Amino acid sequence: MSDAPMTEAVEAGDTFAGAVADYSADKQAFHVPWGKAMMWIFLLSDTFIFSTFLIGYMTVRMSVQDPWPLTSEVFALSMGGEPIPLLLIAIMTFILITSSGTMAMAVNMGYRKEKEKTFWLMVATAVLGASFVGMQMFEWTKLIVDEGVRPWYNPMGAAQFGSAFFMITGFHGLHVTGGVIYLLVVAFRVKNGFYERRGNNYEIVEIAGLYWHFVDLVWVFIFAFFYLW
Amino acid sequence: MSGSEQNQHPLSIYYSVWILLFVVSGFSYAVDYFQLQGTLRWTLILVFMFVKAYFITAIFMHMTWERKALQLAILLPPVFVVIFIGLMAIESDYTFLTRVEFFTESDFVPVYHNSGAEH
Repeated sequence: MSDAPMTEAVEAGDTFAGAVADYSADKQAFHVPWGKAMMWIFLLSDTFIFSTFLIGYMTVRMSVQDPWPLTSEVFALSMGGEPIPLLLIAIMTFILITSSGTMAMAVNMGYRKEKEKTFWLMVATAVLGASFVGMQMFEWTKLIVDEGVRPWYNPMGAAQFGSAFFMITGFHGLHVTGGVIYLLVVAFRVKNGFYERRGNNYEIVEIAGLYWHFVDLVWVFIFAFFYLW
Repeated sequence: MSGSEQNQHPLSIYYSVWILLFVVSGFSYAVDYFQLQGTLRWTLILVFMFVKAYFITAIFMHMTWERKALQLAILLPPVFVVIFIGLMAIESDYTFLTRVEFFTESDFVPVYHNSGAEH
């Protein structure tokens, strides 16, 4: 049995020996459902896209001579006449985290084959995501109409603030919008028994979840670097 | 192997991570709310950011329970972004100094090239 050590190594999936065996096995390297592996590879490429955006933002911010606007004040909301710094962004952050939580529960319920719960938790996630996009539209409107910020111009200082802001939050908002549509499609397919007819497989809920958590993950970085820095 | 059979985690772990993310986001917000500045601000922002990123990836995205081959394939490549950040930081410093040198309409004279040759 010359295959025995190799098989053993493949079985031990959580060790470096297992990783080497997986890569060198001259066959399927990732012993996970193909959809999950593909989603992860897509998310890796997306990581690089957002990395380049944030690095571009860093580059312009470090090299401008005009003052960079104080995000804390720009994104403040007035509550009872008193401006609270960054309040809108904080609410958006908590909404996205909540949606990540409901999504994690949906994945768990999916694996327990609790169709109804999975459906409603995914719908809740999508609703939270949609409200996030709604608040972002409010934020954009405020900045464009009231403050007069444009991708090429910014009355509060460095023009690059406008370009970086619209590019980074716009691309993220696009991801959230796409995610809401994706989640709703999967949710309704869970409900109408589409996955039951395909062998009762709810892996797709986890794959959709990966995408959703990634959107939340990107927001963590945008929140830290763009809004707080 | 891996896959569906090992995804039956108790719900409590998700609740804990959920609460933790809320609390740490609250800390992040507090950094701005109390207007902490300088190195302390940047350190705290980064620490809270990485804590949140870790728990989202590890628990919500199930990375802790994935096979090493997948973990390495996904988590290793982004590390090289650090090199890119370093390169662009050097580049932006250079751009900034060039702008100060050539586009500043004041009598401000940068002193970064003081070699002592003039005196």
